[in-house]
Amino acid sequence: MNDRTYDVAIIGGGIVGCAIARELSRYRLKLVLIEKECEVGFGTSKSNSGIIHAGHHSSADTLKGPLEWAGNQHWDRLHAELDFGFKRVGELMVAWDDEQRSILDTYLQRGRERGVPGLEIWEKDRIRKEEPNVSRHVVAGLHAPTAGVVNPYEVCFSLIDSARLNGLEVRVNAPVQDIQPLEGGLKVDTAQGPVLARYAINAAGLFADRIAAMAGVGTFSILARKGEEYLLDKRLKGLVTRIIFPCPTPTSKGVLVIPTFDGTIMVGPTANPVLDRSDLTTSMDGGEEIFEQVRRTVPGISPRDCIAEFAGLRAVADGEDFIIGPTAVKGFINVAGIQSPGLTAAPAIAVRVAEILRDEGLALEPDDTFQPAVPKHVIMADLDTGAQAAKAAKDPAFGRICCRCEQVTEGEVIAAIGAGAGTLDGIKFRTRAGMGRCQGGFCTWRCMELLSRELDMPIDRVTKRGGGSWIVCRRDGEEGAPS
Amino acid sequence: MITGKPRHLEKTYDVTVVGGGPAGMAAALGAREAGAEKILIIDREETAGGILWQCIHNGFGLHHFKEELTGPEYAQRYLEQVLEHEIDVITDTYVADMDAGRHVKIMSGSQGIHVLDSKSVVLAMGARERTRGAIRIPGTRPAGVLTAGLAQKFVNMAGYLPGKRVVILGSGDIGLIMARRLVLEGVEVLGVFEIMPHVNGLNRNVVQCLHDFDIPLHLSTTVAEIHGRDRVEKVTVAPVDEALRPIMDKAWDIPCDTLLLSIGLIPENELSQRINLRLDPVTTGPVVTSTMETSADGVFACGNVVHIHDLVDFVSQESDLAGQCAGEYVTGRRRPADNIRLVPGDNVAYCVPHTISSDREHTIYLRVRRNEGKCAIKFGDAYQRKLRYVFPAEMVTVTMRPRFLENFHGDSLRVDVVPR
Amino acid sequence: MAPDDDPHADHLTHYLCIGCPLGCRLEVEEDDHGDVLEVRGFDCKKGKEYGRQEHTEPKRMVTTTVAVRGGLHARVPVKTREAVPKPLVREVCRALGTVELTAPVAIGTLVMGDVLGTGVDIIVTRDMPEGAPTRAAQRG
Repeated sequence: MNDRTYDVAIIGGGIVGCAIARELSRYRLKLVLIEKECEVGFGTSKSNSGIIHAGHHSSADTLKGPLEWAGNQHWDRLHAELDFGFKRVGELMVAWDDEQRSILDTYLQRGRERGVPGLEIWEKDRIRKEEPNVSRHVVAGLHAPTAGVVNPYEVCFSLIDSARLNGLEVRVNAPVQDIQPLEGGLKVDTAQGPVLARYAINAAGLFADRIAAMAGVGTFSILARKGEEYLLDKRLKGLVTRIIFPCPTPTSKGVLVIPTFDGTIMVGPTANPVLDRSDLTTSMDGGEEIFEQVRRTVPGISPRDCIAEFAGLRAVADGEDFIIGPTAVKGFINVAGIQSPGLTAAPAIAVRVAEILRDEGLALEPDDTFQPAVPKHVIMADLDTGAQAAKAAKDPAFGRICCRCEQVTEGEVIAAIGAGAGTLDGIKFRTRAGMGRCQGGFCTWRCMELLSRELDMPIDRVTKRGGGSWIVCRRDGEEGAPS
Repeated sequence: MITGKPRHLEKTYDVTVVGGGPAGMAAALGAREAGAEKILIIDREETAGGILWQCIHNGFGLHHFKEELTGPEYAQRYLEQVLEHEIDVITDTYVADMDAGRHVKIMSGSQGIHVLDSKSVVLAMGARERTRGAIRIPGTRPAGVLTAGLAQKFVNMAGYLPGKRVVILGSGDIGLIMARRLVLEGVEVLGVFEIMPHVNGLNRNVVQCLHDFDIPLHLSTTVAEIHGRDRVEKVTVAPVDEALRPIMDKAWDIPCDTLLLSIGLIPENELSQRINLRLDPVTTGPVVTSTMETSADGVFACGNVVHIHDLVDFVSQESDLAGQCAGEYVTGRRRPADNIRLVPGDNVAYCVPHTISSDREHTIYLRVRRNEGKCAIKFGDAYQRKLRYVFPAEMVTVTMRPRFLENFHGDSLRVDVVPR
Repeated sequence: MAPDDDPHADHLTHYLCIGCPLGCRLEVEEDDHGDVLEVRGFDCKKGKEYGRQEHTEPKRMVTTTVAVRGGLHARVPVKTREAVPKPLVREVCRALGTVELTAPVAIGTLVMGDVLGTGVDIIVTRDMPEGAPTRAAQRG
């Protein structure tokens, strides 16, 4: 251990790692976050459904239960401090028959015991009035106003921007290769060189079991459970205004209809275990299953409305619950198996981790210079015409549309690149450019030009999401850029 | 040199044309001919002309200019006329919003953000390409899956290749043209796969782009799965059954680094939806009268925003009419209102315009649903014309003359294409 | 237009006319010496000529791009002024591979005269004004 030793190294830049990094950045600590992908949030978090669960879903006898509700209560504060979109749109769990109605009662009871406010059983008439596009065959629903939606990748970016503002260092493209316990800490070897830290947090998501094994505490294993999601055309905006859950049954958690923060309707997810932890394929069967089930809940949705689909992998620990706590290796702390409701719980998990670190001997002194807020990003589409015109008069780049479907300007793309976006996906998830119905047909080239100019890299070195995801190559006989 | 600098941007215009592609340019010229004074074309690219600049192949202009031109030549001829006729063109500018009162909000890199008033508006936004999401191809989501039009931009404007080993899904014209284009750039094109039993593009392109270069064409076959984490590594292709579902035990893999999609165009109607225009569920474009006026007063539409054309010449023809009528509208002249509604019947997917008037000549564009050999197109009992063949990929054009309707007294005319 | 019951089927070759987008189905009949006897199935004179031409000496227009330095875009489109023999299409493109023009370039500019000895010129098919190759770079 030397003066370049970090107090805490966080392994994994998903929502959990980002939330921990941001929480710890309140204290006078030397922090580093290690991410294997080219940007944070590019793993499981990118494909998350974006639901902040109401607080009554997970059972009380699990670690998930209390953390779900505790996490839920953090989101208003986080939203106020950080510049991300969050709306408590509420959720409606729907029942098709009287047997299912009793399931609603179970959840109602569980929520009330936990103190989740506003839970209410809605009868048919109320549902018809509030959500007219929900199937007429629904007999009752449990309304939970505390449920919300966010864009999960946006939350990751906001958390990391805030943590960096408060001193966090981030190393990307740095998969961990080995971990050795040393006197007074750990040495974490990464593809970008070694990192010395007194404490290491294993927030490695799908690979948390392998990271734990590297540290010599391979006491659990992670199973990847795939979820496919299908995004629908913006035309369907407003079809439902709340998250619609079918009643969970013993065999299926059911397919949700999610009005995302941006108003786009998303349907999914499936839940199928896969052996390959890089298997992000969507399938014919998955799509059919989703659309068949969703037609039962909201009959107005058809596969023809789909504009994009994607899959994500949940990191499920054997035992199905979260694994959070110190290990036999001094200083090595697991935060593993964070599947649903992991996003909801993440801020509460982060607080829990800080407490664990304190218990393990790390002094947590509040940093007086901590800045809770991050500078606001300009979102032109959210401004009125007068404010837009003023912005564009100051900087013409904010008058020039880059992505026409989502009306994202060049100025916003340049700002995103300045904030760390180095790939097309990085731009897309920060600004929505390329996320609309034309799926980048129009703006891809413009974004490539901007990346090339701002980061001074040749066009043929621009990638979709790092690694070997190149977009164009040179013509025969023309020299490529030196690698 | 076609670098018409925008003149001072006015606050009000007689005719504002949204989109400076072939439709918009023809409409602006039509409006000028009809006597409109202040005419503005708004285009989002750095030069008006639209998609034609990247369509470097020939085959344009046979109807309109009576000679065969390349896309850029066709665009330039029109643009020169536009500049000669002192029509204002602002480029690098996007129409972000509009209301039914024809207040047009523009966002521009060069001009800033403004709201313009216009006595009439012509919508000429064209079309966009269908993407992977529209057909839900299973598999991974690597780089290297892109539309043929984007690849065309990479190759013909920017000078980069979309990949080195390419599979093309869909036999639309852009896909066929790009197959040849890529082969000529030294790219390996491994095949064109079409889920339908017939080609979607024009026959001439099958001959010139595929046969000439021995590029295999697989009909009734589709891409069933995409593989590769970062970049496309291979695709699984499979023949389809009658329900167009892939038959997986007959599937095979093709190693490649790129999948081009040429699976159709969709009229670009975001703006039309913002002002709640009545849309045709088949074309997905606005419902238009014989003057190309939409359901909103003083708002006209033409070109691919109304329905997908297979020849730019027809776009120009239709758009010239739309522009003429927009010009007449602002100068206070009106053609007699339409009195006959066209109703698509047997083997007719749609007709444009949607209504006609019995007192003057009209060009009617329509598309059939399926191939047919010798057949006839019938307009009720009023008029019929023999056709040698029809294909969904080829638009049918019919001239309707007043004398054909002399003995017709109804208010709706059913249009059928029937075998003879 | 299938030649099912045609006694001269041996001497018939079928072509799809590319003269215009109508795509007429042509039928070229030749005599025992391989000379064209008759072309059928055309809608216009062009089709008749094409059928004869395609059967005896097929020709193609070539459209491609060449590099342009200092232009609004990196490539400028070009074409053969007339059609060239079909087997030469690839070679014409190869011959143009090393050409680089400098902006501004006007439509109709001669890029290469008498390409591959065919007597056919290569010309530019649009104006290419000066400008940085990308709009983004223009601002930088």
